Amino acid sequence: MTGEIGQLALCLALALAVVQAMAGLIGARPNGNHVAAIARSSALGLFVFVALAMGALIYGFVTSDFSIADVQQNSATMKPLLYRLTGAWGNHEGSMVLWVLVLSVYSAFIAVAQRGGMRMTSAALGVQGLLAIAFLLFILLTSDPFVRLDPPPFEGNGLNPLLQDPGLAFHPPMLYAGYVGLSAAFAYAAAGLITGEADARWARAARPFMLAAWIALTVGITGGSWWAYYTLGWGGFWFWDPVENASLMPWLVATALLHSALATERTGAFRVWTLLLSIIGFSLSLVGTFLVRSGVLTSVHSFANDPRRGFFILIILCAAIGSALTLFAWRAQKVEGGTAFHPVSREMALLLNNVLLTAAAAIVFLGTIYPLALDALTGHKISVGPPYFATTFAPVAVALLILVPFGPRLAWRRGNLREAIRVLAPALGVAAIVGVVAFAIASPRSLAGAGALALAAWLIGASLLDAWRRTRERSFSWSAAASALAHAGLGLTLMGIAGTTVWRAEATEVLAPGSTMHLSGYALRLRDVVATQGPNYFASRADIDVSRGGKSIATLQPEKRSYPAEGQARAETAIRTTGLSDLYVALGDERDRGAWVIRAYVNPLAPFIWFGGAIMALGGLASLAGRLRVYFAKTASAYAAAE
Amino acid sequence: MSPKKRRRLWFAAALVVAGAGGAALVITALKDNVLYFYSPSDIQAKHVPEHVAFRIGGLVAKGSVKRGPGTEVRFTVTDGRRNVPVEFDGVLPDLFREGQGVVASGDLENGGVFRASEVLAKHDERYMPPEVVDALKRAGRWKEGAGS
Repeated sequence: MTGEIGQLALCLALALAVVQAMAGLIGARPNGNHVAAIARSSALGLFVFVALAMGALIYGFVTSDFSIADVQQNSATMKPLLYRLTGAWGNHEGSMVLWVLVLSVYSAFIAVAQRGGMRMTSAALGVQGLLAIAFLLFILLTSDPFVRLDPPPFEGNGLNPLLQDPGLAFHPPMLYAGYVGLSAAFAYAAAGLITGEADARWARAARPFMLAAWIALTVGITGGSWWAYYTLGWGGFWFWDPVENASLMPWLVATALLHSALATERTGAFRVWTLLLSIIGFSLSLVGTFLVRSGVLTSVHSFANDPRRGFFILIILCAAIGSALTLFAWRAQKVEGGTAFHPVSREMALLLNNVLLTAAAAIVFLGTIYPLALDALTGHKISVGPPYFATTFAPVAVALLILVPFGPRLAWRRGNLREAIRVLAPALGVAAIVGVVAFAIASPRSLAGAGALALAAWLIGASLLDAWRRTRERSFSWSAAASALAHAGLGLTLMGIAGTTVWRAEATEVLAPGSTMHLSGYALRLRDVVATQGPNYFASRADIDVSRGGKSIATLQPEKRSYPAEGQARAETAIRTTGLSDLYVALGDERDRGAWVIRAYVNPLAPFIWFGGAIMALGGLASLAGRLRVYFAKTASAYAAAE
Repeated sequence: MSPKKRRRLWFAAALVVAGAGGAALVITALKDNVLYFYSPSDIQAKHVPEHVAFRIGGLVAKGSVKRGPGTEVRFTVTDGRRNVPVEFDGVLPDLFREGQGVVASGDLENGGVFRASEVLAKHDERYMPPEVVDALKRAGRWKEGAGS
C-alpha cells in the first residue's frame, strides 16, 4: 500500500509543480498578487507531497518491503536500522526523490519568507516550479522508486558496504541542500531578470539562500572528505576524483557569489555579474548531478548506468542553462550599472576574489570535463591526474589566499591600502616567523610546506587582528564575525592540507602476530588477528598495541569486513588522534602463516582540515544569523505597527 | 586620452596578459598530466613504449594472483585475448578479486611487465569500470548483462 501512496504523492506533486510554475510566472506580472498567492500555496503543497513520497520510501526501506524493486535491490533484512533508513537515499531512485524534496523545501522557504516583495517571490517560485516539473518527470519516467516486484523475493541484495557508514546519514542530504540550494539563487536571478528589479534590494533578498547553500556545501564537502579519509584506507582526504570535483566547482562559484552579492547589496556594484554567477553556480550543480547520476563516471556515487537517465538529465541541463542564459542576454542590459569605485577599495578586493575563484573553478572544470569530451569526440580514453590540479590550482589558490586578509580592512568605494598594511603588519610578522621556524625545524625540510604554514598563519592572524580591532572600535558586527571565522577556517584547513601532504609518514609491512613495525617514533606491535562479527558482516580484527618511547599508549583495532548479503568487503580503519596529528592504521590482506599486511600513516595536522571546514561553515552561519536577526526585528516591528 | 580611459586600457591589457598566461599554464599542465587508457590488446597493437605512464584495465585473470615476498603482489590483467603481467607493491583495494574488473596506473618495465603504482577497484562488483567494459567489448569478450 505505502508504495502506491508514494507513487500517487509523486504524481500529485507533479501536478502541483505545474500549478506553481504557471501561477508563479503569471503572478510575477504587475498586479498579479492574487495569482502569486496560488503559487505560494502550491509550493507548500508540493513540499507536503514530496515529503510524503520520501516518507513512503523510507517506510518501505525500514520495514524491508521487498515487493518494492528499489528496496529489494538496495537493502537487506540483516542491515542495522540506521542503514536501512539511510539506504533510502543510498541509491539512484531514492537520491533523486531526496533531490526534489530539498528543492521543495527551498520553494517552501521562498514562499513563506517572501523576500524581495510579492512579484520577486512569485517569479522565483515560478522558476523553482519549472525545475520541480523537470526532475519529477525524470523520476516518474526513468527512475521510479516504487516499481513493484511480483512475487516479492524473500531477501534483498543489500547496500554497497562502503555506504554502510554513519556519515551517509548526513553527507548526501547536506550536499543536496547545497547543490539544490543554489537553485534558489538561480531562481532569484531569473526573477530579478524577469521583473527587471535586480538591484541592491534583490541581492538582499537572495543572499540568505546563497548563504544557506554555501554552508550546506561546505559541510557536505568537508564531511565527504572526512568519510573518504577514514573509510577508503588510503590516508588521503582529497583525490581530485571527478565526483569530488563536481562538488568543488559549485562551492568555488558559490564562494565567489557570496562575495559579489555582498558588494551588490551594499553599494549596488557588480549587479550583472552577480546575476550571471547565480546562473553559473546552479548550472555547475546540474553538471555535477549529470556527472554523478548519468553513469559516465565510475565511483561509489554511480549507482546505475542507464543511458536514458544520463540523456534525460542532459536535456534538463541544456534547457535550464540555455534558457537562463538567453534570459540573461535578453534582459541583463536593462539592469542598471553600479556606482564607480576606486582601484583601492573593498569592491576591488571582491573583484579580485571573484576573478581568482572563477579561474580556479574553470581550472577544475577543464580537468574534469576534458577526458569526457575527448572520449565523446575521439574515443581516446584518458584521465587527468592529480599533478594537473596541483600545478594549476595551487598558484591561483595561493594568490587568492595572500589577498584575502586585505578585503575586510579596505573601506567601500575608496580604501586606504597603507592603513590596511599598518594594521595587518603584526600578522605578517607572525607569518614570517612561522614560515622561518617551520623551514628550520620541520623534517623533511620543505619550502612549499613552510610557505603554506606561513600563509595559514597570515590568514588566521589577520582574522584575529581584524576581530580584535573591530571589538575595540565597537564595530564588531555579525558580518565582521562571519568573515573573520570563514577566513580563519580557511587558514586552519590550509594548515591541515600542508601538514598531511608535506610531512606525512607512511609504512606498509607484512606482520606476523607478535612482530613489530616502526613509524615516526611509534612502535606498532601486532598482538593478534581475531575473527569477529557484526549485525550483517564477518570481520577479521587486528589488535595492535601502540607504544612510544617504550610507553604503551593505545590499542588500535582496524578491521577487514566481509558482507555476505552483498558479497563484498571493506576495511575499517583505526585512527588515534591527538588533535594535532593522526596515527592511522588500515588492515590489508592475509599472507602466509597468519601474517597480515598492515599499512600505517602518521598524518600531522590532519584534523585541522575538517576542523577548518567546520569553522568556515560557522562563519556562514554567523552571517546568516545576522540577517535573520534583522529579518525577525523587522517582522516584529511590522506586527507592532499593525497592532 | 582621458586618465579614466587610460586606466581602463591598462586594466584590460593586464587582464588579457593574465588570462593568456593562465591559459598557457593550464594547457601545459594538462598536456603533461594526461594518462591514456589501454587494454592488453591495445598495448600489443599500438606498441606502447616502455617507461611512459598510462592506465591499464581489464579483468584480473583467474588463478593469477601471487602474493609475496613482503607486500609485493603479482597478477595478470586480461581482456580475453591478450594478457599483461602486473607487479604491484602495496595494499590492494578491498574490492580487488580474481575475475573482477580492475584499473591500474603505472608503466611498462623491461620485458613487458606493467609496474603499477596504483591499483583502483573502487566500484562494487555489480558495476564495471566503463573503460573495462569497452575494452572487453572490443576484444569481443563482453556479454550484455554480464556485468550488471
